[in-house]
Amino acid sequence: MSTSVLYDAPGPKAKRRVLFFSVLAGIGVLAVLYLVYRQLDKQKQFDEAKWSPLFDPTNKDFELVWQRLGEALTATLVAAALAVVFSLVIGTVLAVTRVTAAPWYRWAVVGLIELLRGIPVVIMIFFVARVLPEYGVDLEPLWFLVIGLTLYNSVVIAEIVRAGINSLPRGQKEAAESLGLTRGQTLRLVLLPQAFRAMLPALISQLVVVLKDTSLGFIISYEETVRVAGQIVQVLGNPIQTYLVIAVIFILVNYALGRLAVYVERRLSRGKKTLKTDDGAAVLPANVLTGEGAGGVM
Amino acid sequence: MRFRGLVVGTVTAALALSMTACGKSDTGTGTNPPVETAAKFDAGTTMEKLQKAGSVKVGTKFDQPLFGLKGLDGKPAGFDVEIAKLIASKLGVSADKIEFVETPSKVREEVIEQGKVDFVVATYTINETRKQRITFAGPYYEAGQDLMVKKDDSAITGPDALKAANAKVCSVTGSTPAEKIKTYVDAANIVLFDVYSKCADALRTGQVQAVTTDNVILLGLVDASKGEFKLVGKAFTKEPYGIGIKKGDVKFCEFINKTLNDNAAAYEKAWKDTAGKVSPDTPKLPTTAACS
Amino acid sequence: MNVILDNFDLYRDGFLKTLLICAYAIVGSLVLGTVMAAFRVSPVPPLRWIGTSWVNVFRNCPLTVVLFFCAFGLPELGINGAYFWFGVAGLVLYTSAFVCEAVRSGINSVPAGQAEAARAVGLTFSQSLSSVILPQALRTVVPPLGSVIIAMIKNSAIVGAFGVGGELFAVSDTLTSARGEAALPVLTGVVIAYLLITIPGGLFLGWLERKVAIAR
Repeated sequence: MSTSVLYDAPGPKAKRRVLFFSVLAGIGVLAVLYLVYRQLDKQKQFDEAKWSPLFDPTNKDFELVWQRLGEALTATLVAAALAVVFSLVIGTVLAVTRVTAAPWYRWAVVGLIELLRGIPVVIMIFFVARVLPEYGVDLEPLWFLVIGLTLYNSVVIAEIVRAGINSLPRGQKEAAESLGLTRGQTLRLVLLPQAFRAMLPALISQLVVVLKDTSLGFIISYEETVRVAGQIVQVLGNPIQTYLVIAVIFILVNYALGRLAVYVERRLSRGKKTLKTDDGAAVLPANVLTGEGAGGVM
Repeated sequence: MRFRGLVVGTVTAALALSMTACGKSDTGTGTNPPVETAAKFDAGTTMEKLQKAGSVKVGTKFDQPLFGLKGLDGKPAGFDVEIAKLIASKLGVSADKIEFVETPSKVREEVIEQGKVDFVVATYTINETRKQRITFAGPYYEAGQDLMVKKDDSAITGPDALKAANAKVCSVTGSTPAEKIKTYVDAANIVLFDVYSKCADALRTGQVQAVTTDNVILLGLVDASKGEFKLVGKAFTKEPYGIGIKKGDVKFCEFINKTLNDNAAAYEKAWKDTAGKVSPDTPKLPTTAACS
Repeated sequence: MNVILDNFDLYRDGFLKTLLICAYAIVGSLVLGTVMAAFRVSPVPPLRWIGTSWVNVFRNCPLTVVLFFCAFGLPELGINGAYFWFGVAGLVLYTSAFVCEAVRSGINSVPAGQAEAARAVGLTFSQSLSSVILPQALRTVVPPLGSVIIAMIKNSAIVGAFGVGGELFAVSDTLTSARGEAALPVLTGVVIAYLLITIPGGLFLGWLERKVAIAR
């Protein structure tokens, strides 16, 4: 349903009313912004010294700050990329196992998936980083973070892939089997490629989630963006400004990824095989997404 | 099938990327003490092993002003860092061959037990519980726990005044001061963060009324506050800082103690270059304890 | 395993505090999220703009950064309070963006005929939204909302790093760091505690989903 059916095309009275509320809302927003500005000013948050290391190229610390941030961003992206790749692989394996499992061990796989889904990522990362060294597994924080993120995201991806496989028309599987393909071949050659195509937007959204979760690396001293921001803040003493920059960077990157997911979804739904409901909107299973295809599950 | 190529390509790229992430180490800044190349160590001792290796791994803090703080250049600097360099130089290891690893308060015993570092110099207070897991060399400095409050706060004159003022106190998770302050305030009035800068912010905005930790660290925070904070000035505990090494390594402990005792001038210089910039008094090396 | 039994009161208190944080956060984010969804579909452009920006900011920003601004930014603005409330506020702000999107997709799933009929009968925007659309949308919205809530329960662990003491993650931190206990049993206890919340929660939401499911 297009949401504009919720209200008629506005007539003169409605237009006046909309204008009135618009002005009211506009004033409200401006008032809040002004109050915020005034309070920050009182706390001397608009001091040049706090902003210039981040924005002014002539400041002596500018280059160092951005060098550190650049390293940190690279670290974040590296961790995210590794986690996504491993999760994809393991997640697909898990999904395939669950779909093809004989009942006697399916419950084990299902149990594992439900177990891993119920634990917070931060606990998983903490767990991996504290427990593995006690058994002699000595790795850099990067790998603990990647392992923790992979454990968590592979089950999410397993569910996404499974939903994708289940959402394909039955005819595909039946046609493949009638051609004489084994179960494994059916999955590999027919079902998975289509499932991936259908699930691509959701997978990209999951990438956004992974990127955000890399910020949890700070609890195990991995030098990703949020932690390095903390170190910079210790030296420069400008937490609000630095974290504002970090927030903007994250928002821009993740927003771009979100738009990418929407674009991919639109391209795929142009005549290709995706799921369509009665009202024509391309819909992916609701228990996986939380919104117009670009939400992911936090 | 193109999809498979994409997967292979991504995995290769990811592995290549991960190679760049490995092997990053941090060397310290500040002065470089002269390296002692002629020292002879008994076979089988940690000193001999380190001298042979030509490098050491040292655990220190990256977020303690004046003692171990990672600067904008990515290198840790501070009094602890200088002491580490001094010890390394006597092992024949130059300052740029030291790999500094971040050891926040909570992981110090673990990293020593697991051999991830060779020794830890990280505002490491000596206490009996820790002594059960590791051995301490030193002490190399004696701090005391103190309180930092806002400049115009006259109500809080010491730890006993905290309860009366119903004050909220801030400290860092897993640190000794955080445990000790529990005898003076209710648990509900203790706020814990992972770094001291957050405590300083909380004090500035009125979220807490006092910050507690070792007085030298507080001095660094007071200095950074540009007159907004002050030190209450009454140290109510004794915090001897030690150098953590593997449990039972008596020979290494004795070597470190000897190094500290024989190099008073280097010790003073280490202080003056770091914490001394803020603290008026240069401390004397405390009597090093017997090794066990 | 003795660690868990010896410190059972810590675990129990942590469990209850986590539940408390989650309870407040669920209520707050549901309310705020629905309001933002209403903003996004309203005829007033600035409200639409507020809703869209809200979602874009809070969906794309990591929770850690949001919590940071709540714990340290709000006091800068002169708003002082217990860190518990800042933690809950951060969780609410972050989750409300996801709730908003879930509710909005629910609104979109209600057949257009419903809204047209409401307009034909003469209901205003807010009346049609509250009496016709939202009640129907809420039924479709249960599955995605359910996963958002489970995810939020898990995110409550992060709040522990921002001055909120006493919840489960902080308990694990205290036991493994300050008291030097071995990590495996301590964390196993914490994991079990979380599963005690998320698994029954998941089962309850699954039951709810089946109960309100509509054959479309």
